[in-house]
Order: sequence, then C-alpha cells, then structure tokens
Amino acid sequence: MDNWTFGITMIIVGMGGTLLTLWILSLLMSLMKKIFPFAKEEN
Amino acid sequence: MSEAILNGLNGLITGFQSMHWSNPIMIVVGIILLYLGIKKDIEPVLLVPIGFGCILVNIPLAGLMDKDGFLRVIYEAGITTELFPLLIFVGIGAMTDFGPLLENPKIFLLGAAGQFGIFLTLALALALGFTKLQAVSIGIIGACDGPTAIYVTSQYAPELLGAVSVAAYCYMSLVPMIQPPIMRALTTKEERTINMGTVKKSVSKTTRLLFPLVVTIFGGLIAPKGLPLLGTIMLGNFMKESGVVGRLTKASENEIANIVTLLLGISIGATMDGRVFLTSQTLIILVLGFVAICLDTACGVLFGKLMKVLTGGKVNPLIGAAGISAYPMSARVVQKEGQKYDRKNFLLMHAMGANTGGQVGSVLAAAVMLSVLKGMGVI
Repeated sequence: MDNWTFGITMIIVGMGGTLLTLWILSLLMSLMKKIFPFAKEEN
Repeated sequence: MSEAILNGLNGLITGFQSMHWSNPIMIVVGIILLYLGIKKDIEPVLLVPIGFGCILVNIPLAGLMDKDGFLRVIYEAGITTELFPLLIFVGIGAMTDFGPLLENPKIFLLGAAGQFGIFLTLALALALGFTKLQAVSIGIIGACDGPTAIYVTSQYAPELLGAVSVAAYCYMSLVPMIQPPIMRALTTKEERTINMGTVKKSVSKTTRLLFPLVVTIFGGLIAPKGLPLLGTIMLGNFMKESGVVGRLTKASENEIANIVTLLLGISIGATMDGRVFLTSQTLIILVLGFVAICLDTACGVLFGKLMKVLTGGKVNPLIGAAGISAYPMSARVVQKEGQKYDRKNFLLMHAMGANTGGQVGSVLAAAVMLSVLKGMGVI
C-alpha cells in the first residue's frame, strides 16, 4: 500500500473510528445514568 | 615498570579518547533536561531520570546499554516488554476521577476531537518521508500522553523512542504556553464568556463502577490491539471506584507509579545515545510533535464551536481545548482563559470532564489506530 492511501485511510478510519467509539460510549454512559439514577442518599 | 605506569595512566584517559563528537552535546542536553525539571518544574519526576539517563549513556566505554549493562536490563525488562507504560496506566486510572465526564457524557466527543492531531500529524510525517510505522509513532505524540506514546513507539519504531518520549513529555508540560494563543485565535470574546453553569453531582456509585467495565469490554471489542492500554487504566479506575481495595489503589497511584516512573525515565534517557539521537530526524520529530499538539488544540476548540451551535449556545468552545490527555493541566488552562473574560465563569469542572474524556480518548485513539493497522496488515 502506498503512503498516500495509507495516510488518507488512517485519517478517515482513525479519526472516524475514535469519534464513533467515543460517541457510542457517551450513549452507553447516558443509558447507564438512566438505568442507575443518582439517589440523594448517596450524598 | 615505567611502561606499565604509562599504560595504567593511559587507561584513565581512554574514556575521553573514546568520546564521539555527539556525546558531549548529549551530556549538555541531559543537563538541560535536568535544569528544566529542577529549575523550571517541567515534569520533574520524568525529566530528572531522563536527563540523568541521557548523561549516563553518553559516557563511553561504561557499557550501560550493552548486553547485560544495567540500563539495558531495565530497558529490556520494562520497555521491550511494554510493562512500564502499562503499570503507569494502572496508577493513572487509580488517580483519575471520571465523575465530571459522567455528569455530561456528550463531552466525551471533545475527547475524540482532541485526538485528531494524531492522525493529521501521521499524514504529515508520511509526507516528510518517514516510514509508515515511524509516522504512526510520531503521530502518537499528539495523544499528549507519555505512556501511550512509549507503548506504541517501543513496539513499532523503537529507534525513535528517545525523541518521541522527550517530545511527548516536554510538550505536555508546555501545554499552558502552547494552548492559550490557539484558543484565543479560534474563538470570539462572546464565545469565551459562555457560562455553562455549575456541575451537579448526579452520577450514582453503580454508574461510576460500571464505567470502567463498559469501556474495557466495549473498547476492547472494537480495538483489541489496544486492550492492554485500555484495560490497565480502567483496572486502576475500577479499583478506585470499588472502594474495597484501598491498599491496592494507594499502591498503584503511589509506590508502583513512583518506582515505574523512575525506571521508565532512566530507560528513556538510555535511548538517547548521541550517535543515534543527534540526527536531523530528531529535530523534525520535535517539530512534528509541536504541530500535533497545536492541531489537537485547534480541532478540540473547533469541535467545541460545533457543539456550541448544536446545543444552542450552551457549550463554551474553550473547553474543547481540554479534550487532550494532559490532565489536569489542560483543564486549568481553560479555567484560567475563561476567567480572563468573565471572572464569575467557572469552567473548571466542565473542562475536567473534557480532560478525562481526552484521557480515555487518547488511549482509544491509539487502540483504534493499532487495530486499523492490524486490519490493513501493516503490523
């Protein structure tokens, strides 16, 4: 694979993959906050 | 008799005679690193052992990095095996409070934008003629995360380890100087004064406990090549949040982290032999490392601006700059910049959220990168 293809692939898949993974994680965290809400007694 | 005396005296000057021209220069570099650590307080726990290691390895004939030399033994034990950066990660996980991030999980996205510099710098390094794996190792300086940079570089471009590590740690500590001009250039005064309100305490203990498990399992499945990085930082955090292994948590964030930092620092210094280190390539790596951190900051702030638009002006774009892994330095920079324009604006906890997002983001970006490389058959 030439450097040009490699560089462009890394930019697209790398940046996209990182963003997508963290976005899904943020959704999972929001979901967990809903399933296990904060109780005032925990203060 | 006189010949024996002359030969004996000759033995005392062979060290001077064997010096390569680059060795004295690197000894000065080592002294500069010591000066920066001691006098300027720039990452002293790392720069002091790195600087001293650099001096040691540039004294000829001592054989410290030869087979069975004591620095070689430490290097092989902890860097070649990747053990040191991973042990440091357990400590980092044990020290980090992901609470502010969990309060507002959307901020996770800023932790992704803050890693874009990695990939853009990788492309730049390729354009400058570095090999694919060298470009990957140079790009990872943009993770702004020393252990991640060491982990990746020691595996794929060990010849660049000294330059990449020094760049990663130096620029990380220079974040308070590098970031503010970029933050000001990319935001308007009105944007800098956006008040995001106070962070409420609204995360249950169960959510805090499940967070490291979910990140480990989900992140590990997406990017298995990066699981050692992800797994160790999350192990440290899980121990902290579980609250039942206080001794292990304390040992991870104190004794283990301190011992490993010493050994890691001296091992990195040991890679800075002048004959290998003093090349134009090193200078280019230092420049590219600087570019990587500038790009991270710019991408983070620009993504913050996008989030501001999408949320109807509720997000202050300055916190995007904290989406890097320099924790908590970057969050403090954001707080300081925000308060320059509105003294009643407290962005610290929001920035801490973005900053811890950046910590997870940097590890995940490295993990994603390794898995993409594996998928493409490059590694």
